[in-house]
Formats: sequence, structure tokens, C-alpha cells
Amino acid sequence: MTHYLDFEKPLAEIEGKAEELRAMARSNEEMDIEAEARALDKKAAGMLRDLYGKLTPWRKCQVARHPMRPHCRDYIDALFTEYTPLAGDRAFGEDDAVMGGLARFQDRAVVVIGHEKGHDTKSRLTHNFGMARPEGYRKAIRLMDMADRFGLPVITLVDTPGAYPGKGAEERGQSEAIARATEKCLQIGVPLLSVIIGEGGSGGAVAFATANRVAMLEHSVYSVISPEGCASILWKDAEKMREAAEALRLTAQDLHKLGVCDRVIPEPLGGAHRDTEATIAAVGEAITAMLGEMNEIEPKGYVAARRKKFLNIGSKGLAA
Amino acid sequence: MNWITNYVRPRINSIFSRREVPENLWTKCDECGTMLFHRELTDNLHVCANCGHHMQITPRARFKALFDSGIFTEVRVPEPVADPLHFRDQKKYPDRMRAAQKATGEHEAMLVAAGEVGRTPIVAAAQDFSFMGGSMGMYVGNAIIAAAEEAVRLGRPLVLFSAAGGARMQEGILSLMQMPRTTVAIQMLREAGLPYIVVLTHPTTGGVTASYAMLGDIQIAEPNSLICFAGPRVIEQTIREKLPEGFQRAEYLLEHGMLDRVTDRRHLREELVTILRMLMQQPPPVWGELPPPAEPVVASDTEESADTAQSDTQS
Ligand SMILES: [Zn+2]
Repeated sequence: MTHYLDFEKPLAEIEGKAEELRAMARSNEEMDIEAEARALDKKAAGMLRDLYGKLTPWRKCQVARHPMRPHCRDYIDALFTEYTPLAGDRAFGEDDAVMGGLARFQDRAVVVIGHEKGHDTKSRLTHNFGMARPEGYRKAIRLMDMADRFGLPVITLVDTPGAYPGKGAEERGQSEAIARATEKCLQIGVPLLSVIIGEGGSGGAVAFATANRVAMLEHSVYSVISPEGCASILWKDAEKMREAAEALRLTAQDLHKLGVCDRVIPEPLGGAHRDTEATIAAVGEAITAMLGEMNEIEPKGYVAARRKKFLNIGSKGLAA
Repeated sequence: MNWITNYVRPRINSIFSRREVPENLWTKCDECGTMLFHRELTDNLHVCANCGHHMQITPRARFKALFDSGIFTEVRVPEPVADPLHFRDQKKYPDRMRAAQKATGEHEAMLVAAGEVGRTPIVAAAQDFSFMGGSMGMYVGNAIIAAAEEAVRLGRPLVLFSAAGGARMQEGILSLMQMPRTTVAIQMLREAGLPYIVVLTHPTTGGVTASYAMLGDIQIAEPNSLICFAGPRVIEQTIREKLPEGFQRAEYLLEHGMLDRVTDRRHLREELVTILRMLMQQPPPVWGELPPPAEPVVASDTEESADTAQSDTQS
């Protein structure tokens, strides 16, 4: 079943009608509805093109959070082989919001780490909606360290509303865990590549995305704060999220202009969830291309290149 | 080295001279309600003499009390592009900036200085909570990088006093990017083998806590400071329960292994000197009256003029 976003309501009606007609035709062979159904299809396709051709920043946030959007697990299953999950931070526990382990990407051994949001109520609860606790970041640190020791590239898939704002998470040092993960990203002497596949939520995303290359899916977002959070602080009204999303410049296209995102990966018409396979394939191609770009950097230069990249952010594509 | 002669002499700038003018000579302690005389409060580093409550102290007032004879050289911070996103909420970002500059008499939310503390040369950076909540934007990021570079250049430790509500939303993703940028700055210090001490002050939250403010070789906090990633209100909304007394306060973090020490502001200077001299393998400090500096330079001797001092980085 398709899950429609609020701005897709007119589209839902047309697609629903076409579906109804076809269902009726299936139960009544005498009916000839094909021409009418096809006209509706055409209308729906046009509408989809219109809607997705000019998504506002807030609508992009909605698409980025779409429940049927492919998640970390889908990418790992489709793009990697021999995925061997590795668990635990060796200090307190295992955090299911963060997937990670050894795998092969096109035969090359790598470490893959990512936020997993889950796809139904049960798995969403298990994965805590992709909101990591300190253990998740500390597991990532441990895996990055291992990758560094054995010369394996690290690939991160970012998709989180943010780090989990919970009591235990705070007690166990959420800030410290994020700070150390970001620090680890900057220290490892192997290629580090990141793809923002959905939501890049604040510090919880930075902890994985301080990479040599950051790619973003066309309708993914990356922001210092959620539009709702920003609206409630600066507009004193959480309902002003559309204005906030606009002001924050959080779309892949804006971030590409600002030099924060290196590559925008096109999504199928109507968003990643309308063609999961094509989306995953496009992400795979982007990872291949970014790994290729790493060959241009001397093996000893990964750390220096990464630092330089971040120190230079703020000197490109700015309004003034 | 003639750093003393580089000392930025206070200049009076009439536009900015209205801050904390003691028309109201008495301040009421928010904690115990005691009326505190302005002069005594300044002498006591803005700590309530009755209950020990630590009030906000500006970076300039802090440095004046921290550095020997109140003398320090401001470190120049590269100026970032102003209002990079043309951000506008209910107000325009440049208007908010101007209001903050007018209210504080400062240019931005961080002050960086070099000088001596107990005859121990250091570089210090202090965040100004009264300037847009001390928020971390490109300027604060540049300030921390400049502080680290100056420390490395001079071979001195860096002491950083944090105070911030988090990242500066008006700079969007560019404020978030200060997390990795400032982390690179701390790595420069590490590689140069120089100590980095963080003094967390009330409040230090959000992306600031989750980057440079948690990466110190030594982590000290002022008493009762709120130190967290997510604020208590956000957590209460998420978990729908009341948080325990003192949650996310300095003492709570100390108990949970997140800090090395919680230290009263009035003892901080001594403690920093003691620790830094050990880390730098210098002989023990000599306390008491110090001989006057080689060249007698009188720093501003009143709080008022110090508060109106404008740095060279002001434009
Ligand atoms: Zn008091």
C-alpha cells in the first residue's frame, strides 16, 4: 500500500480512482475501463512530476522522513555482501539504532556503519526510530578504529532525526560520545565516505558524516536542528516549520552550493520510496565513484584532506 | 617578548558604553535573594558571597580577573561572512546581531586572549552567554581555531571557558559544521603536545557540549552548571516523566564520571595554574605578590572602563 504525504492528497485521489477502476474490471469482465484508467495514470504522472519538480524544503523533509523510504538495512542488504554485523560498545551495551560491521562492497572489504530507523512499529521501537544512544556512537568509534588498524575504508549511511534525548543517554555521556565519534572520523587514516539517505539530524549525523566525501540523496535533508525545533525556538510556534525549513537551507541542493555536500544523488520521480531498487542502485554508483576519487589521494593524506575540507567550509557559496 | 606592549588599550566607544553601568548598584542573587553590592560582587567574581551561587560573568571580566595584573592580549579572529544564509525568522539575523552587540558591547560570542596566569603563559578562550546565548556559529568556530593556532605558535596550553545554548541556528548547517571544525582545532593542540583544559560554565548545551567542550585533557566545571546535549525540557517531553533533582548539573556529571572536577570560580585560577604547570613540566608556582611586569603597564583599573574596552577585531 502506498503511503501518501499530506501534499500528495490530490495524487492519492487520482491514483486511488485508477486502482478502483481496475479492481472493478477484475470482478466484472465486461467492463472496459482501460482507456479511462490510462488517462488517470497519465494525469497522476503529470501531477507527480509537478509536485516533485518543485518540492519546498519542508516537503523535502517530509519525503526524507517517508516511512516507506529505503533505510540503512535495505542498502546494506542490496549493495554489500558478506555483511557481518558487529555489536556492542564494550562498556555498557548494544544500540540497535546503529547498524555496523564488516562487509564487502564490490568484493572490497569495508566497514559499514549506519542509522537504522526500522520499517514497522515493532522494528521502529527496536531501532529507537534511528535515534542513537551513546553506545551507538561508541560502537561506531570502535568499528572505525578497527577499520583504521586494518586499512579498510569506512562507509556510513546517515538517517537519523538526531541523537536520542533520553535520561540514560545523557547520564552515560551522549555529548562526549558524539564528540569522540566526530573526533574519530577526523582521525582515521582510511577513506571515510558518507551518504545521507534520509534525515541528517544535527550532531547525531555529524558524528558519522565528518567524511572525505558526503553525498546526499536528492530529497534528503541535513540540518543543525529540525524545522519544528527551530520554529518553536525562533518563531515561538512549532507550526511555523515551513518557514524554518526554508530559512535553514537544509536541502541537498542548498548544501551542495554551500560546499557541505559533495554530490547529490538523483532520486526516482516521486521520491526514493516509489522505486527503492533504482534508488539503492544510484547510491551504489555514488559510493563506487567516491571510492574511485579516493585513489587520487595519497594513502597518507586521507586525514589531512578531511581536515582541510572541513576547515574550508564556510568559504564557498555564501550569500554575501 | 613584548606582548605587554601589544596590549590592547581600552578605547571608549560611546555606542557601546551603556552596559552594566552601575546605576543600580545592587544586584539581587537569584538563588538566595541577598542584595549584593556591585563592587563586592565584582571582587568576588560574580559569585554570591552569601550562598556561593555562580552568576554569569562576561569573558572580559573573567580575563581581567584571570590574567596577571588583568593584562592580556586579544588574539585576532578571522572575520567570517556575515549572515551567510540571509536568515530571517521573526527578525533578521543582522538585526539580532546588532542588538546583541549593543547590549553586550562585544563583537561576537567568544573572546580569545594570550597572557600569563600566575606567570604561566597561556592562551584562553571564553564564550559569552550574554551574546545570543553564546551560540556557536562561524565566528566562534574561527575563534577556537585561532586560539588553537596561537597556542601552537606560542607553545602554550589552551584554557577554554564554555557557555552556550548550542549552535547558532541562524547560520544553519554552517553552525553545525563548527563541530568538526573545532574538533580539528583540538587535534592541532594534541599533536603539538599542548594541554587543553575545558572549564564548563553554566550553561553548556547542545552541539557545543558535543564537540570541543567535551574534548579536554581535563574537564572542570563550575558548580551547579547545566551541562548536557539535550536540554531537560526536551527530555521531559520525550520520556514523559519528571527528571531527578540536579539532573545534568555539574555535580551530577561528576558523579557519573563525565568530569574531572567541579571547582568554585574563586579557586579556579589557582587550580588552573597548578594543573597547567604540572602538565607543562614547569616548576611549582610561586604564590603571593609577584614582582611587577618588566614594563609597568596599568590595565584599566575600573570595571566600567574594562567593560567598555573595544578590541582591535571590532569593525
Ligand atoms: Zn546567593
